[in-house]
Amino acid sequence: MSEAASETTFEAMGDRHGGNLRAWIARRAEGIVIPLAALLAGMAAFSVFLLVIDKSPLQLFDLMWRGGFSSWFSIQNTLSRTAPLLLAGLCVALPARLGLVVIGGEGAIALGGVATAAVGEAIAGSGLPGPLGIAAMAIAGMAVGGLWIGGIGALRHYRAVNETISSLLMAYIAIAIMNHLVEGPLRDPASLNKPSTQPLEAAYRIGSIPGTDVHWGLGVGVIACILCWILIEKTSWGFAARIAGGNMRAAQIQGLPVGRLIVGFCAVAGACAGLVGMLEVAAVHGAANASLAAGYGYTGILVAFLARQNPLAVIPVAILLGGIDASGGLIQRRMHLPDATVLVLQGMIFISILFSDTFYGRFRIFNPELWSEKERT
Amino acid sequence: MATSDIGLWGVPLAILGGAIRVSTPFIFVSLGETITERSGRINLGLEGILVFGAMTAYAVAVMTASPWLGLAAAAAAGSCFGLFHGWICKFPKVNDIAIGIALMLFGTGFAFFLGKSFIQPLAPHLPAIPFGFWSEIPQVRAALDVNVLFLIGAALAVVLWWAFRNTRIGLIIRVVGDSADAARAMGVNPDRVRLYSTAAGSALAAIGGGYLSLYYPGSWNESISSGQGLMAVALVIFARWNPLGCFAAALLFGGAGALGPALQSVGVTHGYYLFYAAPYVLTLAIMIATSSPGRALAGAPGELSITK
Repeated sequence: MSEAASETTFEAMGDRHGGNLRAWIARRAEGIVIPLAALLAGMAAFSVFLLVIDKSPLQLFDLMWRGGFSSWFSIQNTLSRTAPLLLAGLCVALPARLGLVVIGGEGAIALGGVATAAVGEAIAGSGLPGPLGIAAMAIAGMAVGGLWIGGIGALRHYRAVNETISSLLMAYIAIAIMNHLVEGPLRDPASLNKPSTQPLEAAYRIGSIPGTDVHWGLGVGVIACILCWILIEKTSWGFAARIAGGNMRAAQIQGLPVGRLIVGFCAVAGACAGLVGMLEVAAVHGAANASLAAGYGYTGILVAFLARQNPLAVIPVAILLGGIDASGGLIQRRMHLPDATVLVLQGMIFISILFSDTFYGRFRIFNPELWSEKERT
Repeated sequence: MATSDIGLWGVPLAILGGAIRVSTPFIFVSLGETITERSGRINLGLEGILVFGAMTAYAVAVMTASPWLGLAAAAAAGSCFGLFHGWICKFPKVNDIAIGIALMLFGTGFAFFLGKSFIQPLAPHLPAIPFGFWSEIPQVRAALDVNVLFLIGAALAVVLWWAFRNTRIGLIIRVVGDSADAARAMGVNPDRVRLYSTAAGSALAAIGGGYLSLYYPGSWNESISSGQGLMAVALVIFARWNPLGCFAAALLFGGAGALGPALQSVGVTHGYYLFYAAPYVLTLAIMIATSSPGRALAGAPGELSITK
């Protein structure tokens, strides 16, 4: 149906080859329309599920709107949850541009948070100025996260260890190391019920953006997305990485430093995840504890795939998922649904998005190279 | 009390008993994944299917008071997930690894959603056979209480090993896994074989989950799985897609998983969490040791995306 419709449209326009502008728009539109349609399809599937269990989808989407986006209060709530998702999404999106599916960001988040707390303890009472202390903690968190995910990249390239499995195994190992450190060597004896590290000194805490309740992590995340976009789209490293992601063998034959690209991009991705842990400690919890493993690393996978691994698209997607997350409590209370409701919705959207991959290049309207096919036949 | 104090001998004994107890889900999940991967697909969603199977088995066992009905329900639910994975992966450009990740998240979330009301009630457990009846020492008795599913899993490993070599179905699965073109030339539809292979593999993974909730640890909660479904995928690579190798590797992993509780039982509490990480470290070490750049893994199905 869509093919027939597009044919008549183009004939009506009297342009057989497709103008450059129109071709440009069509190519861009494919990457926006298909994910949006998939997002709606995922939500539609979830609505059917709600109808089956005798709940109202309209009420759910109304609550989602009110809990995530309708008031200044709910927008602030959404944006607070957006910050970690931005960086966790980048942790998946950057290696994905090289064709690597790294899904263990959770581990780098946990270790980044612990490293931050360890530095915070070391500099406590030293009189180091606040900004310098925060910078030291950020560097520590990013370095540990970068080493962790960079190591996965190195294993992938130099030992051909599958990165998807190794990253998840390393996430379990990282969380075990975090638990060991938080309940052992780094434990604050005063934390009884919930073992934590020493609370950070007030000077080393990250505050809110003036006039809001949203901490500065949001700004850091947005800047990181823009920088990563520039890295991928506007630098020669990013260009090389995109070639390698398209065809690794061809990139190697071309003499591109594939190994360094893989390890480097994974390290940058890990630094983003480490920064999530750093922000959680320095801006949210004030100390490292088991709350670091809150699942941001896993939601980040969904963020990256929804954004089609484009760092700029990560921003709106993270806001959307942050809003869904923010409305979770309201949905639980008003509709008497379990807290896993959001996970079910996310899972349905995820499957729908992956399924939509099959539609790329199939619709004539989005693919200028198909427009002139009718003449040839 | 005198007979129960066997000192440090308790550690190897607890590891042996633990290996048998902890390895059973590994056996089922890895055998299931072997069937799927031999047909040329990889299903990373087994982790989610395992959790969903654990929930289904527990819920049905609570409602019907029969652990076997629970297991049957888990197998049915698991095969539904498998059929979905197999169906959606047949479309062009759909990535089986990514779909697996999505199923992992969806299966886990859906299990939490439906299983909320079953965290409290108690389900009947699967029966165990007391092979330690000859001993007076409680630790020996505990170690040799072998669950029926462990024995079924061991038998299944042998049957699958034999079936892959000697039966028509086994041959068809292997041909599809090694070359879809050759299978088509034989008049076999690769997508259909993969669909059924994924369904069978997922059913076995769900049974492994049912073992978790109905025997050891024997309750349903949201942290029931600690990555067994995922480790099993790595274990299959280590076992070179050989069912007997899967069984041996599962025992090894079970022993590693039992290390933490065993040491804790004799009073070693320092570094408790690090011992719990032993199975993951072991899995990773084995993956690093057995992978190699520049050559394909021996015995790998030719169509498998993960080894390309």
